[in-house]
Amino acid sequence: MAGAVSQPNVTYAAPKRRSALAMFCLAQPLGAVSGVAILIMLFGGVFADFVAPYDPLTIDFGAMLAPPSWEHWMGTDAFGRDIFSRVIYGARTALTIGFFASLFGCVSGAMIGVASAYFGGRVDMVVQRFIDVMLSFPIIVLALVVVAMLGRNLLGGIDINLVFAIAIPIVPKVARVVRSAALSIREMPYIDAARAAGFGHMRIILRHMVPNVAAPFLIMFTAFIAQAILLEASLSFLGLGVTEPTPAWGLMLSGNASDFYREAPWMILFPGLAISVAVFAFNLFGDSLRDWLDPKFKV
Amino acid sequence: MVTQETIDAERARLGLDRPLGVQFADWMVGLVTLDLGKSMWTDRPVTEEIGLRLELTMQVAIMATIFAVLIAIPLGTISALFKDTWVDYAVRLITIAGLAVPSFWLGMIIILALLYWFNWLPPITYTPIYVDPVANISQLIWPALAVGYRYSAVVARMVRSSIVEVMKEDYIRTARAKGVFEKLVVARHAMRNALLPAITVIGLEFAFLIGGLVVTEQVFNLNGLGKLFVQAVSRNDFTLIQAIVMLIAVVFIVTNLIVDLLYALFDPRIRLGGK
Repeated sequence: MAGAVSQPNVTYAAPKRRSALAMFCLAQPLGAVSGVAILIMLFGGVFADFVAPYDPLTIDFGAMLAPPSWEHWMGTDAFGRDIFSRVIYGARTALTIGFFASLFGCVSGAMIGVASAYFGGRVDMVVQRFIDVMLSFPIIVLALVVVAMLGRNLLGGIDINLVFAIAIPIVPKVARVVRSAALSIREMPYIDAARAAGFGHMRIILRHMVPNVAAPFLIMFTAFIAQAILLEASLSFLGLGVTEPTPAWGLMLSGNASDFYREAPWMILFPGLAISVAVFAFNLFGDSLRDWLDPKFKV
Repeated sequence: MVTQETIDAERARLGLDRPLGVQFADWMVGLVTLDLGKSMWTDRPVTEEIGLRLELTMQVAIMATIFAVLIAIPLGTISALFKDTWVDYAVRLITIAGLAVPSFWLGMIIILALLYWFNWLPPITYTPIYVDPVANISQLIWPALAVGYRYSAVVARMVRSSIVEVMKEDYIRTARAKGVFEKLVVARHAMRNALLPAITVIGLEFAFLIGGLVVTEQVFNLNGLGKLFVQAVSRNDFTLIQAIVMLIAVVFIVTNLIVDLLYALFDPRIRLGGK
């Protein structure tokens, strides 16, 4: 559009209508690439049963610690399990936990942040000091403390308490950011109007304030999926997250792998790459989303 | 089988049968007198358990900080000065990768690389620096590198964005207009202002390093605070968990205080502002 205007000879052509998706890809090529990477992971995770060449749990002592070959693209581990298949199934674990932990953390964080900004005064003071305390711990320390307090609680193959443990360190970070966005929204005339119309607190918060912090929320949601995947991998690596025999990237780097990786480097190479690529993709996607949404939603 | 009496007796011995309020009050009194109780697992005083391992973890943290600062400040500055060129893109890619690569995996790759190229593995037993500095540093530099990569990535991103901001300021244009060499503009006018936010990040990340080391110490088999913490969590050793969490909070607060004091040191506006 800008090009058409700057050239004097060109008659004003009707601006080409592009879909939001095409606009995003053009403006944020890196974001588009990372988006594709995320889609591939999502596809692999959802259709793991069809994509993976082997069952991730089948033990084959005939093929123990086999190096990468045509039969086993990423080699096999100490139990002869196919690492490529385990990496694919690991995507399912990582994305499920990452998605739900980030969702839970961001939703509760946003609720607390908006409520804290809306009520202000003493409520805000108390909530913010509590958030200060939580923010003064590294996320992994906070997660480990939650793991220690809650123990395990399996539900449908996923440790619900692990999701909580990963979500809780996310809550204060989101709450802080959302609060500052919500503070400026609180001063908007339409909030006064809603209050004057006699709406309840819940309705004003949910219907009038929450939709207006959707942009920072979406950005943080994407970025915190990356954090959650990394945190899940770390906890699983320490043996305090996902447990055997569930295929999880962090878990594949610990246990037997830590004994054998000097002789069989493929055991750690590929799961570690998978973690890095996943975190990289979600981080980059979040960054691009921010750059793209920011000018529109600047608060 | 464990009988109920045994469990009750053990609870009484550990003081877990008392009301929560009493336990908390007891702990708070202990905190003031630096008596944080005994580990529920090893039965040794918690302060002793921590004291044994604090030195190692602090040393790795300090080495990682030095490494991160040495890498991040030049890298961030170059990236900012060559904004939107291939240099900038390369640096940004490296730093975003630094946020994505898990430090424990990087540690494993470092061990593999050392083994492959030098046929050398970091020793398993820890040598304190005052016994043999060379052996000590050659052992601890690798975990410091592994956690330092992420650290330097975070700091470099901060340095880049704050220099980009500062370079737009009027006083930079003034300095250039009066004919100051570009190098001096950067070194004296831009850096001094841009480093303030970087110091905050360096401080914050230093305080959080103790947490980052939780995983990395495992890879390098270092008997540090992080490993102790993981052990405490997997053994439900609550007195030890509480003490370590408290220590991390104290480190965080002290680091923040030091950062605030450094601000005054580096920025005359803050130092003289109150007068």
